[in-house]
Amino acid sequence: MGLRDLTAAGQIAAVLAGETSSEELLDAHLAAIAADDVDAFLAVDAEGARARAREIDAMPERPPLAGVPIGIKDALSVRDVVTTAGSRMLEGFRPLYTATCVARLEAAGAVVVGKTNMDEFAMGSSTENSAFKNTLNPWDHGRVPGGSSGGSAAAVAERQVPWTLGSDTGGSIRQPAALCGIVGMKPTYGAVSRSGLIAFASSLDQVGPFARTVEDAALLLRHMVGRDPMDSTSLDWPGEIAAPTATDLSGMRVGVVDELMGDGIEPGVRAAVDAALGTIEELGGTVVPVSLPSALSGLATYYVLAPAECSANLARFDGVRYGPVAPAANLLDQYETTRGDLFGPEVKRRMMLGTFALASGYYDQYYGRAQRVRTLMVREFAQAFEKVDLLASPTSPTVAFPLGDRTADPYAMYMADVCTIPVSLAGLPAISIPCGLADGLPVGLQLAGPAFSENALLGAAHALEGALAFDTRPPGLVT
Amino acid sequence: MIDDETVRHVARLARLRLSPDEEQVMREELSGILEHIDAIRAMDLDGVPPTTHVITLENVVRPDVPVSGLTRDEALREAAHATDEGFGVPRMD
Amino acid sequence: MSAYEPVIGVEIHVQLSTRTKMFCGCELSFGDPPNTHTCPVCLAHPGVLPVVNEEAVRRALLIGLALGCEIAPRSIFHRKNYFYPDLPKAYQISQFDIPICGRGEFRALREDGSELLVGITRAHLEEDAAKLTHAGGRRAGAAESVVDFNRGGTPLVEIVTEPDLRSPSDVALFLRQLRQTLLFLGVSDCSMEEGSMRADANVSIRPVGSHEYGTKTELKNMNSFRFLERGIEAEIARQEEIVGAGGRVSQETVHYEPDTGHITSLRSKEESHDYRYFPEPDLVPIAPDPAWVEELRAGLPELPLPLRRRMVGEMGLSAEDAEVLTEGPELVVYFLEAAALADPKACANWIRGELRAQLREAGVEPWQSKVTPAHVAALVGLLDAGTVTVPAAKEVMAEVIVSGEDPADVVESKGLGAMDEGDLAAVVAEIVAANPDQAQQLRDGKNKVIGFFVGQTMKRTGGRADPQSVQRLVREAVRGD
Ligand SMILES: [Zn+2]
Repeated sequence: MGLRDLTAAGQIAAVLAGETSSEELLDAHLAAIAADDVDAFLAVDAEGARARAREIDAMPERPPLAGVPIGIKDALSVRDVVTTAGSRMLEGFRPLYTATCVARLEAAGAVVVGKTNMDEFAMGSSTENSAFKNTLNPWDHGRVPGGSSGGSAAAVAERQVPWTLGSDTGGSIRQPAALCGIVGMKPTYGAVSRSGLIAFASSLDQVGPFARTVEDAALLLRHMVGRDPMDSTSLDWPGEIAAPTATDLSGMRVGVVDELMGDGIEPGVRAAVDAALGTIEELGGTVVPVSLPSALSGLATYYVLAPAECSANLARFDGVRYGPVAPAANLLDQYETTRGDLFGPEVKRRMMLGTFALASGYYDQYYGRAQRVRTLMVREFAQAFEKVDLLASPTSPTVAFPLGDRTADPYAMYMADVCTIPVSLAGLPAISIPCGLADGLPVGLQLAGPAFSENALLGAAHALEGALAFDTRPPGLVT
Repeated sequence: MIDDETVRHVARLARLRLSPDEEQVMREELSGILEHIDAIRAMDLDGVPPTTHVITLENVVRPDVPVSGLTRDEALREAAHATDEGFGVPRMD
Repeated sequence: MSAYEPVIGVEIHVQLSTRTKMFCGCELSFGDPPNTHTCPVCLAHPGVLPVVNEEAVRRALLIGLALGCEIAPRSIFHRKNYFYPDLPKAYQISQFDIPICGRGEFRALREDGSELLVGITRAHLEEDAAKLTHAGGRRAGAAESVVDFNRGGTPLVEIVTEPDLRSPSDVALFLRQLRQTLLFLGVSDCSMEEGSMRADANVSIRPVGSHEYGTKTELKNMNSFRFLERGIEAEIARQEEIVGAGGRVSQETVHYEPDTGHITSLRSKEESHDYRYFPEPDLVPIAPDPAWVEELRAGLPELPLPLRRRMVGEMGLSAEDAEVLTEGPELVVYFLEAAALADPKACANWIRGELRAQLREAGVEPWQSKVTPAHVAALVGLLDAGTVTVPAAKEVMAEVIVSGEDPADVVESKGLGAMDEGDLAAVVAEIVAANPDQAQQLRDGKNKVIGFFVGQTMKRTGGRADPQSVQRLVREAVRGD
């Protein structure tokens, strides 16, 4: 077994046992990144990573993450390392500060090796909206890795790094995790600081981990959570994210969301999820049907709120303080040309949609109503969690789809997040774990819980992971 | 559902230059998306308050204590049109 | 008498003199080199988030309490979206439907003693824009402009009044007294020239007797009360001319050129605004603890108007005394400290008169001088007790200004105490005896001559004689011949 086959926890143990070093781990992973045939990374900071790895190797006492390498979604600001959010609007941009969650992981001993590909400004479900390149699905290079954090998911599935960070607004961690056959978690809104996360939709954005195991995801999350004075919406996470150890689900009540098991779900996906529900019962859990009547309005609600917020969040990209600028005769021309030329079609589409939804005369019909549907969603989840401990559903209604399959139909692309969006609107934590294959492609099971139930979620996911024994190695991957 | 004039007005508000072709595509796509979104306009939301935040935090403030920021060189480092002292912008007429 | 009545409301932007900006820890500055007080937050770099300055909230509450505003139990911030190079996020974080301070009212005092009541619509917190310098000075035609973000993000409170004002002079009076109140609160420097207090006026006219509002224009950003007053006068005249000629006033933003006295339209060709306000998702509500609000209310300084009433009503000061002494918070505090120790009217006279006159040359204000309020009170006490004469007291004050010594000690060491009656009588008797002609004139009823004797006596005694006593003693001496 090569170094890359070790989980992050395994790599830490190997470093602590003196069997390897941070620099050796880095070399093994850099070599894999160099041979990358799925285009997961946008930028690699080999020099910076090596310096940091050596520093950690020289420490008399290793920090908790022991110099294990990590990849960071390009939506997260890392000082002096080119950060583009997948957009030409930020081509060559070197941030002047580091995102809080990245800084915390670095302080805990993680070594940042580079920035991973993504849909431009995190808008998309296939990473095809990256201005720079497509990332391929490690399980089938003709298919998408999901998105928007497709690079982070593919990098982990390819074992180019044992773990990565992604960001999730409507499913951007969970859906690519599902499509790439790995673990991805979106924490409770407010659990992880958003400072340094290039904003898409501020009331929904959360940073979270990708890993091949639930244990690794928990370990990474443990070093990220907590109140940050730079983020007014961040919270003290009550207690600590524990290493998950559960091996059964006895006493656990798991609700299956009726609305998310309907016609829109591919048969192969439904079959894999049904099998996983069977496993839950075998592990001692009780599976009960639950209804979230507003769940199917989630998509419409989301596609008002998120574009509205993004229309303001992306207004700052005007070529004045950073980023490229189009030559222009006057100020208005500079604004319109720079933004018209450098934003991609999906970003423009959402900004148009959001600007429209907030415009005078439309606010009440769209933005105002969407905020009220969101209230219904929050209430329905709260009612559901009076009856059950966790909710289960498919993470994605389909397995990975072919590249180019949905780029012509925006709404078809939006449907990829139909199962993940309701949880996002309610600000709740959710994890996607691989639960089987359909036509040789991974299927994700989404487990969601009440706010701050990360430990319960991770525990349940850990027990299921053990029983499902899904092999995360894509066919043909040589390590 | 959404007409050319609205598309142009919204594009101006968002400071996005769209080519005539883009305008046309945008009108069709936005109309299509809005058809789906119209589902929420039919919902009964009487008496339902809006949600801006899912968290219940209040009064998150910082003390009025200066924190060191950027040097001028750092501040201007990423600007495409920096002058010696500031950020250049073109004429405004 | 015009056939039209002006209807005026004002919006005042007050920069709070906190140490740091509204949403980041950058230090506030005035006059520092451009772009030396910035950070990723106030430059709106990707991924940054705002965090509210607690002191700005406190000061906004103080303003609201002083203006009698309802304090919102839970107010929220909104984003106000528009593109301009001085607004780096392309939205201003402001407050919209739930401002921190709601309805209130402000009372100003006119010179004739009548009261001017101005309704306050709201006062809310927001952030200031950065500074744009245009190469050509003026906006139009400037080839290139440069943005300086030092000022960007300075905490602002915007105070909006009801359209309760009916004359340009009332507007100026209101603004002056509002400014005085804000100075008393210590929340802002309120300098019109430096832009830390800026006022816009919404002006319309209507036929006298009408209760409907006419179309209003917005007169922007005047940098002095005088120009604002003149600008409003000019705008009213312009509107009267339009309406008088059967035309209609159009809703627009106008600018007053102080040099020419002309009104020009500022933004006639600009698109109509659609700010697309929506709740700021990066910030949580401000819900001030009621106990804190009460504590702030209890700790408010005495404000100019009630203070003036008390000065006139309880302390026996003239209206003019009260106005002069309340011109700034430092002078008021100085006076009140002295007035607590000695006769307030006498303290007022000495502070307004002799003390300021003597300090004027050095360009020093009373509270900056070596003369403490207790010194003033002591001097007033010495005068009251007849220990010193008025001329001697002026000399004592001059000495205290230099040395900072206690007035009683100065009297002692310089021998400036008033002479006792016996000694003075002897001096007077001598002078009367030495000037028989003048004594005779006085006896003949030429009362003017008394001045001659007083002058001679004062000269002889070096001012240590009380002029009243001298007059009496001269008459006694002349009669006693
Ligand atoms: Zn700053």
